[in-house]
Amino acid sequence: MSPQAETVTVTIDGIELAVPAGTLVIRAAEQVGVTIPRFCDHPLLDPVAACRQCLVEIEGMRKPMTACSTVVTDGMDVRTHLTSETAAVAQRAQLEFLLINHPLDCPQCDKGGECPLQDQALAHGPANSRFVDQKRSYVKPVAISPLIALDRERCVLCARCTRFAQQISGDPFIELFERGALEQVAIYEDDPYHSYFSGNIVQICPVGALTASTYRFRSRPFDLRSTSGVCNHCSAGCNLRVDTRRGHIQRQLAGENMAVNEMWNCDKGRFGFAWVDHEQRLRAPHTRGSWQRLHPTSWREALTDAGEGLGRVLEETGPQGVGVLSGGRLTDEDAYAVSRLARDGLGTDNVDFRLWPRTEEEGEVLAAVAGTRGPSYDDVEHADVVVVAGLDPREEVPILHLRLRKAWRNRRQRIVAVGPALGSLAEVAWRWVATPAGDEARTLAALAGDAATGELAADVADALTGAGKVVVLAGERLARSPGALRAAARLATATGADFAWVPRRAGARGAVDAGLMPGVLPGGRRLDEPGAVARQWHRVPTEPGADARGILANAAAGGIRALLLVGVDPVRDFEDPRLAHAALAAAETVIAVDLMHTASTRYADVLLPAAAPQERVGSFTTWEGRRQPFPQAVPPQRLEQQDWDIAAQLARAVGGDFGWETAMDVRGEAAAVMDRDATTREAIAALAPADVALGQPAVAPPESGELDAVTVDHLLSTRSTLLAGADDLLATAPTPRAVMAPGDAQQLGLTAGQDVTVTGPGGALTLPLAVSERVVAGSVVLPGNATDAPVGTLADPNDPTARLRVRLSKPAAELEESA
Amino acid sequence: MAEPLSVLTSRFDMAEGHTLEGYVATGGYASLDVAFGQAPTDLVQQVKDAGLRGRGGAGFPTGVKWGFTPRDSGKPVYLAVNADEGEPGTFKDRELMERDPHQLLEGIVVACYMLESRRAFIFLRGEYVWPGMRLEQAIAEAYEHGYLGKDIAGSGVDVDVTLHYAAGAYICGEETAMLDALEGRRGQPRLRPPFPAVAGLYGMPTQVNNVETIMNVGHIVQHGIDWYRSMGTDKSPGPKVFCVSGEVARPGNYEWPMGTPAREIVDRSCGGMLAGRELKFWAPGGSSTPLLTADHADTPMDFDSIAAAGSLLGTAAMMMYSDHTSVVEAVLNWTRFYEHESCGKCTPCREGFFWLSQVYERLLDGRGRPADLALLDEQGDNILGRAFCALGDGGVSPITSSLTHFRDEYEHLVAHGRLPDGLEAHAGVVTDNSGHSRPDQLVGSP
Repeated sequence: MSPQAETVTVTIDGIELAVPAGTLVIRAAEQVGVTIPRFCDHPLLDPVAACRQCLVEIEGMRKPMTACSTVVTDGMDVRTHLTSETAAVAQRAQLEFLLINHPLDCPQCDKGGECPLQDQALAHGPANSRFVDQKRSYVKPVAISPLIALDRERCVLCARCTRFAQQISGDPFIELFERGALEQVAIYEDDPYHSYFSGNIVQICPVGALTASTYRFRSRPFDLRSTSGVCNHCSAGCNLRVDTRRGHIQRQLAGENMAVNEMWNCDKGRFGFAWVDHEQRLRAPHTRGSWQRLHPTSWREALTDAGEGLGRVLEETGPQGVGVLSGGRLTDEDAYAVSRLARDGLGTDNVDFRLWPRTEEEGEVLAAVAGTRGPSYDDVEHADVVVVAGLDPREEVPILHLRLRKAWRNRRQRIVAVGPALGSLAEVAWRWVATPAGDEARTLAALAGDAATGELAADVADALTGAGKVVVLAGERLARSPGALRAAARLATATGADFAWVPRRAGARGAVDAGLMPGVLPGGRRLDEPGAVARQWHRVPTEPGADARGILANAAAGGIRALLLVGVDPVRDFEDPRLAHAALAAAETVIAVDLMHTASTRYADVLLPAAAPQERVGSFTTWEGRRQPFPQAVPPQRLEQQDWDIAAQLARAVGGDFGWETAMDVRGEAAAVMDRDATTREAIAALAPADVALGQPAVAPPESGELDAVTVDHLLSTRSTLLAGADDLLATAPTPRAVMAPGDAQQLGLTAGQDVTVTGPGGALTLPLAVSERVVAGSVVLPGNATDAPVGTLADPNDPTARLRVRLSKPAAELEESA
Repeated sequence: MAEPLSVLTSRFDMAEGHTLEGYVATGGYASLDVAFGQAPTDLVQQVKDAGLRGRGGAGFPTGVKWGFTPRDSGKPVYLAVNADEGEPGTFKDRELMERDPHQLLEGIVVACYMLESRRAFIFLRGEYVWPGMRLEQAIAEAYEHGYLGKDIAGSGVDVDVTLHYAAGAYICGEETAMLDALEGRRGQPRLRPPFPAVAGLYGMPTQVNNVETIMNVGHIVQHGIDWYRSMGTDKSPGPKVFCVSGEVARPGNYEWPMGTPAREIVDRSCGGMLAGRELKFWAPGGSSTPLLTADHADTPMDFDSIAAAGSLLGTAAMMMYSDHTSVVEAVLNWTRFYEHESCGKCTPCREGFFWLSQVYERLLDGRGRPADLALLDEQGDNILGRAFCALGDGGVSPITSSLTHFRDEYEHLVAHGRLPDGLEAHAGVVTDNSGHSRPDQLVGSP
């Protein structure tokens, strides 16, 4: 609603108020504290006026009107059930009707105690039923997906779930079938309801018809303690409601924050919490000590061993003998603490949180982004044009996908995808500037007006210059392509657009702001200009250190002798797992701080248990740069501690003292240096222009028969540490596939659905093939984290940073058969 | 005294009236030239001045409705002809299309010209196989001879007609449900506004009109307002096809001027009631119109007079019942129809008829309870004007009106557990559950 929108005056139950023209009666009534009962109405769904529960009397109308679908007009006089007998009778009648076929099984229904039907029947309904006849009955429940059960008898056919699927998430195959009293929610018989957002339909169901397998018969709402939370899975920053009982999480719901996730979240955020209570959780400190194998121990002994291991290396090799790796999952406070531990405590700049493949200039762009305020969700929603590069929002930051879809649906926002694969932007994209892998920088430069555009890009370039508000969204993956991240920033500057770097993980932006990268201090400061950081810290290294690859390579070669891993699993996550194994095996002291036992923690000499986000206070920073603090929902079960606290104790073990007592101390200290008073747009304007050779592709085109491997991480992967135990959720994960363009598949004699073997210089993996027009010719899209053989193992061990080129063939077994 | 008419039904007795040759030989398609010589808006004014009111049941002035269609929206305008004819007792459009399909096509071309529309859709009841064949043949002939398609009769006017066979749902007679069904969706009524005149089929300005309404248009254009107004009443002018069914000697379609009383039509066209039977109750315009009694048989059959008598002219489908018939049984039959045909979208209609048909079954089974009559009264009020569309209102019409006029029959059922003496019990009415929306047993998973 624009601020100058016309207002109209309406009277509700005798109370006059002014509301913007276009307001629905039900919303206007809420403003004067009158809650009109409703089932089908939902503030974020289009009105349907199906349940008829919200009937009110409006002066001049010959019959009661549904408040959920009637727009106020100037001078309208509305009388609700509070002042109109007609409205009250009409509403009571609807409740009586709704209840005749309802099983009234509240005592065994999960919704009991928080059920709009129960509550409104109590508040507005008749005390007794006059229905003495036969109720409709169904087989129950029906699994509409591995996660969601449907009890049709309880359904009031409000169509919230089907409208959510159509209007919000855009996922098919949940619909109303049949008619009359047999109308029912159903799925297409051959295909379950597939959605990354399916849990929302459970949350918005106004009765107990839709229930989640993870919560069915688990608890009673009145036995739950609710805490607000912030999702730890991705950088979207969805607000949560964490419901716990006796110190254990029973369920997570989407929390309402209209500026961030509105009222939705994705299934990963909702159902992916089983790991918190998982048997693989690390609950106590471990040390190798004199036993030569990891065993549980006390914090005192573990810290002593850690201090000794680190101290020995520092003494013998100096700070350059120590490397610190963290992942993208630390809270902001932890990221800052680890940043300070590395520099101030250990004296090294060998620190990095980025275990993904990338090119050199990424650090420079991220240093510019650090601590700035970027465009918000609302800015993205209200932009005229949004350029998306190196990002598949539905897979990587699902709620951002919902915002883009909302803008597309409501405003026909022009969304431009740049890159080798269109992915799930296919539905909403206005244009796809299909670009060979590695050539994104040239395309982006062309859109910025630095070079001639191709045919397809010409109208995009026009749209960018003519549009009022533009946002450029650059995904974490974009930095794999030479010059592309800089080119995206340059495009934003050239077109006056807002720019955001959109990482996948919840802690990635906080890590950038905290300076968990070599050569970058909190707030993006350089080592030679530490500014306020120098005043906070006892010391700041002067020599830039090594990045993740450098640290691991150095460790494998013996140069770095002590490795500190905080919330990171290099064996699993680093692009080159062989190097990670080698480094961890070679390092003399490995100290790991983690939530779970992982492939990397097996190498640890000292293993320290960290508290899960739900077990502590903290904050996560969204891709927008919005820091969102969250409280503790459940206590740690045994000896887990917060990472910042562990960092402070490790500093003390080597003779430092950060003076922190609570997370608030860390947060306060961090805020002073992590935040900059600048917008991302201003910060990136100062970057040097992208150094792109505009005339020719940045990377030589693939040889005949070779395809560029484009890696896209999917939302749900059975290999995800933080999805451990979320079996029903994982059962909804799409099958990992290799995806290639139809022409390429035809040329290679491959057909969709068959298994293919993808062979790179360093290895091979076999997975099913999909064929799609949404992939540019010459590329094959591979799931980054979803198969037993990570894509990184395909790379040339002697030249791991070279662009990965692969060949596709039928699996060897099949070839033999056909021979 | 009024006399039967032969305007819309003029070719009913011709063997070849349905062919293009027979149609043109009897003056067919003559209105095209008259229309094409005038401005579309002037023609709409003529329809308005002629006083044509919609024949689909609502009786809304057609010319006024056509005035709502925006003419310079830059969007295509569609005409959607409602030939679904689902209203119980109604079969006028069926015979009109069977015997005189070109009359509909002529009306469509003239109406499209008035609306500046180039495409019309005929939403034909799927069960109407024979009318469909006749229409298909007529459409092919009309295209062949230049009465449809591009540049009709050299006038530069283009009109294409698409015939769509409906899948069989009463709700699709509701205009917005019909549009959804035409678009290939579930036939369920849409929220209004926007109204179809502004955003209808595929979101484009659309006029939805009944078959008989469209057939009137050609005659008005060709013969003029005065001729048209010479028939019928001042507020309901024109000819009307009355479809009479029930316990009369000769049921069928009979064309009379608007305003002819039911008794006159029954006596002079239908040969009166069946021998030995007296008129007891009747529905003037299909089952969705409140029942009237023999006392109302002399009421002029026009929109306003019937409304004044407490019912609705509807489709003018007169269903006549005698003193041998139980009104409660008749109402059960209709209530089951509405239960079966409720689209399920809104609560009162979906749940209400499910409930009330069980109450009727109990009453007729001898399991009625004294409280049931108050329940029927009250739930009638709770559905009327509370449902999403007019289906709910229509469904309670027979219930409420029969309780008003024949309460004693209900009271007898409650008190004695059986019908009053002299009423025939219709075996099978009570126990037949075929096509019923209420499973006695569990319904399988989808």
